[in-house]
Amino acid sequence: MKALVFERNLPRFAASRVASVFGSGRGAGIGPLQLLDVDPPELPGEAWYRLRPTLSGICGSDLATLDGRSSRYFEDIVSFPFVPGHEVVGILEDGGVDHAGTSLPAGTRAVIEPVLGCAPRHIEPHCPACASGQNGLCGNLALGDLAPGLQTGFCADTGGGWSTAGLVAHSGQLYAVPDSFSDEDAVVIEPTACAVHAALGASITAGDTVAVLGAGTLGLATVAALVEVVRPTTPCVILVGAKHSHQRDLAEKLGADIVVPPDQLPRAVRRESGSLVLAGRLTGGADVVFDCVGSAESLTQAMAMVRPRGRVVLVGMPGKLHVDLAPLWHREIQLVGAYAYGVESPTPAAPARRTFAVAMDVVAAAALGSLVSATYPLDRYEEAVAHAGAAGRRGAVKVAFDLRNRKGRPR
Amino acid sequence: MSPRPGFVLDVDRSTPPTLFWHGERFRLERLPEGSRVIYAPEPLDPLTDPSTAIRHALLNPLGDREPLPALLFPGMRLTIAFDDISLPLPPMERPDNRQLVIEQVLDLAAEAGVDDVELIVALALHRRMTEAELRHALGDRIYDAFAPNGLLTQHDAEDPSALVHLGLTDQGEDVEINKRAAESDLLVYVNINLVAMDGGHKSVATGLASYKSLRHHHNPQTMQHSRSFMDQHRSELHSSNWRMGKLIADSGVTIFQIETNLNTNTFPSQFGFLQKREWEWSAKDRLGYLGVSKALDRTPPKLARQIFHSIKAPHRMTAVQAGEVEAVHAVTTENVWKQQGVVVEGQTDILTMGLPYISPYNVNSILNPILVACLGLGYFFNLYRGKPLVREGGVVIMSHPTAWEFNPVHHPSYIDFFEQVLSETTDPIEVAKGYEESFATDPWYIHLYRTGHAYHGVHPFYMWYWCAHALQHVGAVIIVGGDPAAVHRLGFRAASTLTDALEMAKDVVGPSPTLTHLHAPPILMADVQ
Repeated sequence: MKALVFERNLPRFAASRVASVFGSGRGAGIGPLQLLDVDPPELPGEAWYRLRPTLSGICGSDLATLDGRSSRYFEDIVSFPFVPGHEVVGILEDGGVDHAGTSLPAGTRAVIEPVLGCAPRHIEPHCPACASGQNGLCGNLALGDLAPGLQTGFCADTGGGWSTAGLVAHSGQLYAVPDSFSDEDAVVIEPTACAVHAALGASITAGDTVAVLGAGTLGLATVAALVEVVRPTTPCVILVGAKHSHQRDLAEKLGADIVVPPDQLPRAVRRESGSLVLAGRLTGGADVVFDCVGSAESLTQAMAMVRPRGRVVLVGMPGKLHVDLAPLWHREIQLVGAYAYGVESPTPAAPARRTFAVAMDVVAAAALGSLVSATYPLDRYEEAVAHAGAAGRRGAVKVAFDLRNRKGRPR
Repeated sequence: MSPRPGFVLDVDRSTPPTLFWHGERFRLERLPEGSRVIYAPEPLDPLTDPSTAIRHALLNPLGDREPLPALLFPGMRLTIAFDDISLPLPPMERPDNRQLVIEQVLDLAAEAGVDDVELIVALALHRRMTEAELRHALGDRIYDAFAPNGLLTQHDAEDPSALVHLGLTDQGEDVEINKRAAESDLLVYVNINLVAMDGGHKSVATGLASYKSLRHHHNPQTMQHSRSFMDQHRSELHSSNWRMGKLIADSGVTIFQIETNLNTNTFPSQFGFLQKREWEWSAKDRLGYLGVSKALDRTPPKLARQIFHSIKAPHRMTAVQAGEVEAVHAVTTENVWKQQGVVVEGQTDILTMGLPYISPYNVNSILNPILVACLGLGYFFNLYRGKPLVREGGVVIMSHPTAWEFNPVHHPSYIDFFEQVLSETTDPIEVAKGYEESFATDPWYIHLYRTGHAYHGVHPFYMWYWCAHALQHVGAVIIVGGDPAAVHRLGFRAASTLTDALEMAKDVVGPSPTLTHLHAPPILMADVQ
């Protein structure tokens, strides 16, 4: 059985970083990622089950790791060697029990909520975050019975989605996939959950102007979350800055009100918010800006078009950035992160639900499975990673490994 | 030898290639045999002594108006309003007509002991003029006498304290104009009539009006019912302005209108070939064309733009008339037709035109795609009396680079209009319904219009409405040599060559179409029989 294994190897790490200068994902073949024969991971204990991945996505955070651009912040909450792949749909080979305690028979399709919080680590009592259901904020990511790892796909003990050897998942991580979902629908549940978490945590109020900067998987999923979950109860105007024409088409199809290229977004926000411009910044601006890119340029642009005391939500994973924060200070901008998932209440009166459950609704309503643009077999991982790194330019959104048929070809 | 009238050439095998303007470039195109090329009349002889002619006009007014000295008295408020940077095109060599006229008006005012005199640029919703542009139009003496003392102002259509609402016309049109002008004892308006559309009641009712007033005639419906703007009697744009003009007069505003005509001596000697018909090009003209073309081919576009915008036209005053608005304008219009009119027999299936670098709204600026459309479909298409040159359902082929490029200082709302509005719809009616008000009331555009050198937020809408008659009339618009993305955003078709464009046009008008080329500038007006 094969798996793509990411090892701690400084020379390969350096080579990958150099190669990434020529484009994200260009260094997959010379970097720390290698296709190896592996054994299935051991079950770490009770309430753990084997999942055989069928489709596993390549995420922006995966690319940042492969490119050597990931922040050193994560060093202590990752363990090597690990098999990447945290956007996973697979089959429970021996059955299992899901997050709600429901038994799932063998052969059940399931997705995993990859955060490795207190429950998978058998830590009792749970930390306050996990106790409240917000396990994305767990503080024990390097403790307990598992090797350090913030998520499946970054932990040496669990395996990951980029493998035919399978991975192990704790019952608290498992969600059965509805029969109506294709594997493509299922594999985008995880990034959609991130988007749902960001959208519902942004404190959007009725009449707000909301800008989404970036229209890769996360940006488009954020648009879908805003359209499907936020806007029905909290009317708002959604503007999207999308670099590529296919992204603009998708954003419009998902229901964004105004879709423009990124360089036109500040002007569109200015028009929508009735702002003036002073020294290149809007005097007013959007109430909320979702930065789904995570670069210094995108953060700078977000701060230039959010209103004073408005909110910039970092949805895309940033690294070490050199950014002038004077506008943040001067305009009292709130800069908040949006990581992973937990429990959500779309309205104060609505009962809290797991983010993954809400995300499934969004995926179904917005048909987000269509974001999966290309799939590759594991042995063509160099092409797959390069394709994912250039997804926008090459007319793609989500690129995934297809583990259903090892002789599969990109679609 | 008297200047030759306009001419319609029938292209045959011996006809040399025809010159097409192409922005800051030229193209020589060989037109199909049987095509027609319409050439402007040669420039009329200018007045030998414009100063004397002006003095004569001021002392011998037309219509029901006393000579200017009789209207001037000590203690009165005198306001002199004048046309802005949009006229003439290109800007004329010094001295400008406005300077020549206003100097004499001021002399008479001084003789009469008038000391409350203000000058106002009648710019409506156009951009404010720069000091250099004002000095060029008025001369340094006038500028230095008035501007430092705040007595030379630019009409501000967004300053409520500087506007007065005079009432509604019998059609319910608001008439709101510059307060100082309306409340003066005498309003002298100094006009340069480049085309038949200019002047008349439009000078005050448009040039000194607010958006509230302008929206009654600057809208798609009015434009679609102006056939053409150059024919006052068939122009709803003019009918509305005339109703407003009558209301202004009935409100007690006394206007002393001074209109000047120019000849079509449009380009300086180094561009002499532009004034001539190709088969009459001398060796010097051919060398001039080759030299200019080759030099431009090697010149970066920005530099080429600077070079062209530095051109000052040698056109000169051919007539000046003063007095009551309508009486003056009737003579002025007649003079315009004398200079520019060309009788053309029948319409054509395909109308071709080479668009130059300049329009009324991009002096010292960029002819952005919206202005390209307006120049071709708003201005050139409407240079007719009787019937449009191109038949209904015919094709207009324009030659221009049509770069996706805007001057953010002059045309900030154009950028948003192009990016946001035209990406949704190019239908003038839908454009007006869906977007006009929000652009017209956008505080940022208003700020830039009032304090910078920006056209008003609503101005790109007007440019698009200007195209409404043509858009309704023609079957297709093709731009040769334009940026395809920009051309498609305008809703037009892009062609690399004129040959390709003609093939594309045949899909619309059928095989063996008739073709007419409008050889302008110099400006001409087709009297289509």
